[in-house]
Amino acid sequence: MAVQTSPRTPTGSSSTSTASPRTPTGQPWTEKWGGLLFVAPFLVLFGFFLLWPTLSGLWNSFFNKSLAGVGGEFLGLANWREVFHDPAVWSSLKNTLVFTAMSTPPLVLTALVMALLANRTGVFGWFLRFAYFAPFVLPATVVTLIWVWIYQPGFGLVNGLLTSAGFAEIDWLNTENRAMLAVVITTVWWTVGFNFLLYLAALQGIPEHLYEAAAIDGAGDRQKLFRITLPLLSRTTGLIVVLQLVASLKIFDQIYLMTVGGPNFSTRPIIQYIYESGFTSYRIGYASAISYLFFVVIVIVSIAQFKLFSGRKEDLR
Amino acid sequence: MPNHPASPRPGPTRRRVLAGALGLTGALALPGCGATSGPARVREWNLFGGGDGARLLQIHRQFVAERKDIAFEAHTLAWGPPFYTKLAMSAAGGRAPEVATLHLSRLRGFSPTTLLDPIPLDRLSAAGINSSDFLPQTWDRCLIDDKLYAVPLDQHPFVLYYNTDICRRAGLLGPDGRIKTIKGVDALIETMKAVKETTGKFAASVETTNPWRLWWTLYGQLEGRFFDESGTRLALDDAKALEALQLMAKLAADGLVPRSSPYAALVAMFTNGDAGLSFNGEWEVTTYETAKMKFGMAPFPQVYDVPACAGDAHTFVMPHQNGRSAASTQATVEYIAWMLKHSVEWAEGGHIPAYQPVATSAEYLALRPQADYRDAANHVLLDPDAWFSGSGAQLQNEAGAAFSGVFSGQSSPRQALDQFKAAVQKLLDTPSPV
Repeated sequence: MAVQTSPRTPTGSSSTSTASPRTPTGQPWTEKWGGLLFVAPFLVLFGFFLLWPTLSGLWNSFFNKSLAGVGGEFLGLANWREVFHDPAVWSSLKNTLVFTAMSTPPLVLTALVMALLANRTGVFGWFLRFAYFAPFVLPATVVTLIWVWIYQPGFGLVNGLLTSAGFAEIDWLNTENRAMLAVVITTVWWTVGFNFLLYLAALQGIPEHLYEAAAIDGAGDRQKLFRITLPLLSRTTGLIVVLQLVASLKIFDQIYLMTVGGPNFSTRPIIQYIYESGFTSYRIGYASAISYLFFVVIVIVSIAQFKLFSGRKEDLR
Repeated sequence: MPNHPASPRPGPTRRRVLAGALGLTGALALPGCGATSGPARVREWNLFGGGDGARLLQIHRQFVAERKDIAFEAHTLAWGPPFYTKLAMSAAGGRAPEVATLHLSRLRGFSPTTLLDPIPLDRLSAAGINSSDFLPQTWDRCLIDDKLYAVPLDQHPFVLYYNTDICRRAGLLGPDGRIKTIKGVDALIETMKAVKETTGKFAASVETTNPWRLWWTLYGQLEGRFFDESGTRLALDDAKALEALQLMAKLAADGLVPRSSPYAALVAMFTNGDAGLSFNGEWEVTTYETAKMKFGMAPFPQVYDVPACAGDAHTFVMPHQNGRSAASTQATVEYIAWMLKHSVEWAEGGHIPAYQPVATSAEYLALRPQADYRDAANHVLLDPDAWFSGSGAQLQNEAGAAFSGVFSGQSSPRQALDQFKAAVQKLLDTPSPV
């Protein structure tokens, strides 16, 4: 992202390319440097806390840099070769992608259904809005603590319901092909409120007169939903899908707190593997290389998303 | 927004917001410039979140009351990787606490020469602590390049807990009220079957999600080696490793131990009587005493050829600080010495004191059940010596991932061993970062 820093003067912006460049003499300095001054605090922070760490991460990925302060020799592409031959990188990347694929559709669809419901209800609207959004304000630690007990075999709520309905107990968090599902359910419960809020705001922005006009033309509820509401929500859906994909790809907290990546690493996301390589095993250089691989994945997904949704630019209003 | 009727322009203006923001920033920055004087400050980081953590709080309260000249603060962080990553980060930045706890098995893997400051022997002996006060094998592991980097506080072996009520009903107690000695595989299984019949549920509670300690104990009793003489090549004895894993699988298959049980469930099952025995480190004494349980403890049974038990030792270290002052070092050493001399209270929480004047004191020997397993200190097996081993380090994670399937039945002992060996080989192939 380019940051616009050069201040536009009225004369400068109106001049054409054929005219000789006007010297900016005579301008007061505030006009010449004012814009830069205003963005300077941001630029300094941006440079310090984003640009510099990002570049130094790339730099580190070519060294055997250790958190313990030993080593630091140039390795060339050795870390990168190791990344491509390390099965743990690919299995944890797969877990992250599986989590994203499992969590994004329910997080978008559930939010849409909840927003449609909350928007219709008059009397209990405030209660639904509150109830749907409330879990989102809880910290990850509280959410996972609640759900670890809910999933507990023997006395947990979910297994209690299963056994009373005549099914066998499932040890959710310690069974290889159940643990990820358990984390997805927890995540949907926890974070769907945010998407719900975005949808609700978009719904409330749809002008009432469209529905009135449709009603006069004899449109039923179903037609109003599919011909007016959903098309007008499409840009919000695009936004929500992008935000959700990025958020799901960054999965770490819930999994680390609920399963620590287990059982047998079946839920370990790539960020946890980066954390283990960099901080538990002190291999900052190698962890940087994995981070960059993951960075590339996120950039590809974001660009694909952007292309997909920027195609439909027509404003339906 | 409150209105300002007197002001010609109510509400915030750009200048006011800017001035306010500047003022706020200044106000936030001010407390950072306080002068550092007054009593020597000793900040301690530890990882004791279990029953031993509660005990530590009591001991620290006493220290604070006795030593008003030292400004003491203790912080308990989550055990394992969260603790060690934070400690390493703080030391890498040179802004570590004055003193911290560290597992002896992790000392070499913690890069002592860069992340730790050596502990001055002269100050330590001035405070009354000498090398002769410790078992030589413990003390020697604290020395690296002839410098002392750690002072051992205790040893903590893997032991056997038994519920005395349940074991009495199962006829397993001797006339002295202690559990009869169990020796050999058959005796272990017979004992466990008797306990299972009495409880109606399980014989023993184990941590199936992290079975490293149990496996390392059994493998050690078979005199299995981990590395060859060079200390760098894996030399696991497949037959012995499989023997240990098969026993673990059999215990789960026969319903003597649960198929899946995290640490919290291990404690809960022993507390509520679902299991009459518990295979665990000795650090939950306080938890069970608080629960008003009737229980005893013994060294882990000798199931195979030699007595051995997985274990470790807690030590005090001085993580690296840029510009450690003499006064703060002196206060830190005095804290360490005080803790060692008061380690009988620490021993009440289960750990065997490393400081021999306490370990041989009448006061310690009178403790029950804590003194009943003190012999285990002579048979403690620390983790194999490598940068990736030690309590909560990568080797234990890999073992947990591979071996927990043996309990749940998701993998055979052979599959588990192959997975574990591949994981260890991968760690060995990784250049050491320390």
